[in-house]
Amino acid sequence: MKNELAVAALERGTVIDHIPSSAVFKAVKILGLENTPHAVTIGCNLASAKLGNKGIIKVADMEFDDATINRIALIAPTAVINIIRDYHVVEKHPVALPDTIVGIVRCANPKCITNNEPMATKFDVVSREPNTVIRCRYCNHSVAGDQAKIL
Amino acid sequence: MNSNSLVSIADISKDEILDLLDRARYFEEHSNSKILDGRIVATLFFEPSTRTRLSFETAVNRLGGRIIGFSDPGTSSSVKGETLKDTIKMVSNYADLIVMRHHLEGAARYATEVTDIPIINAGDGANQHPSQTMLDLYSIYKTQGRLTDLTITLVGDLKYGRTVHSLLMAMKYFKPRFNFVAAKELAMPQEYKDFCDAEGIEYTETADFSPEVINTSDIIYMTRVQRERFTDPMEYERVKDLYTLHNAMLDNSKPNLRILHPLPRVNEIDTDVDDNPKAYYFEQAHNGLFARQAIITRALGINIR
Ligand SMILES: [Zn+2]
Repeated sequence: MKNELAVAALERGTVIDHIPSSAVFKAVKILGLENTPHAVTIGCNLASAKLGNKGIIKVADMEFDDATINRIALIAPTAVINIIRDYHVVEKHPVALPDTIVGIVRCANPKCITNNEPMATKFDVVSREPNTVIRCRYCNHSVAGDQAKIL
Repeated sequence: MNSNSLVSIADISKDEILDLLDRARYFEEHSNSKILDGRIVATLFFEPSTRTRLSFETAVNRLGGRIIGFSDPGTSSSVKGETLKDTIKMVSNYADLIVMRHHLEGAARYATEVTDIPIINAGDGANQHPSQTMLDLYSIYKTQGRLTDLTITLVGDLKYGRTVHSLLMAMKYFKPRFNFVAAKELAMPQEYKDFCDAEGIEYTETADFSPEVINTSDIIYMTRVQRERFTDPMEYERVKDLYTLHNAMLDNSKPNLRILHPLPRVNEIDTDVDDNPKAYYFEQAHNGLFARQAIITRALGINIR
């Protein structure tokens, strides 16, 4: 089955594939696509051999720098980025979890300074295998990557 | 960001710890050196703590520095409702160094990010209190003549007690053996036991404050067991006296044993221990002065000797 048929082909832009369906709308929010003037196509619960079912985001006429796109790695570690030019995939690579995650995760500790002061949160990745664990730079509280609360 | 700040004991290296101990020893002999002449230190106590504030302010005064600040934000209307960032930036215009205590965890770390003057963390909620750790290390070093190869028994509230957690982490450079003595509800959290495993630190864990544990210890570090830490009040009633140290329990202890406690105590050390030469908690608090003089001069980049 060809998922490509489910959404319009892209002349130029970015396709983010293999997103867990449950993370698609979080990814849209993290990438700030709610406010973009570009055409955005969102697919959820599409069949996938890898994930069972998957989500996909297509953004026309837009390419992201690595720092921006890697912001979704925490919630969508399986995501694959395809850069499209002239209807062809010219670049394809998985997302990479950065060492530090800025301004995406809310600290679960109510006594943390980040929950009481207008400031960006900062989490350091302290473990990648077997499970992602991140730790608040400020109060040192740790949380599993898949349990992290997205701002 | 000023690299001489001290937010967490985990931020500094073994060499820096040894340098601070060296400074503390110097200040024990030269407590009234006027080497802060012309320097202004701000003590910002967003959360009141008389004990810690007096220790820091005495340290500055004995070194000839000047102090500005506040001891209770409730009395300072300009600070109330202002962001921490704005307060730190305002004070940075006046002071050479900020010593701060705050009820929010991570407040001191954040403060270092918004100013170029050094920050000393004098306690941020349940998180870090590095000057306490330095005075503990100095007390151990002074009473034992070394920091390496010691058996340290931690007793009481090992779950919430930040002082024991920081001490444990700071000791990683010195090949310690730990005994963790606590009721099940207040046992050492798994992450610190994992830390010991990762660092190759030996430890035992028991709920029994037994003669065997006491008599093999070089240091016994007592902490306060607070009723409000227990989900079941009956459990508190059952265990509260099991972790109280009485003088008779020290009869067969090692001659070099010293008893430490971060103070204030409630009933975890019976007053009949106070006159035992192995009781060291009052001197320990006094060492806080020298440890803080060490931290202050390091923060200001002042070389001694
Ligand atoms: Zn936090």
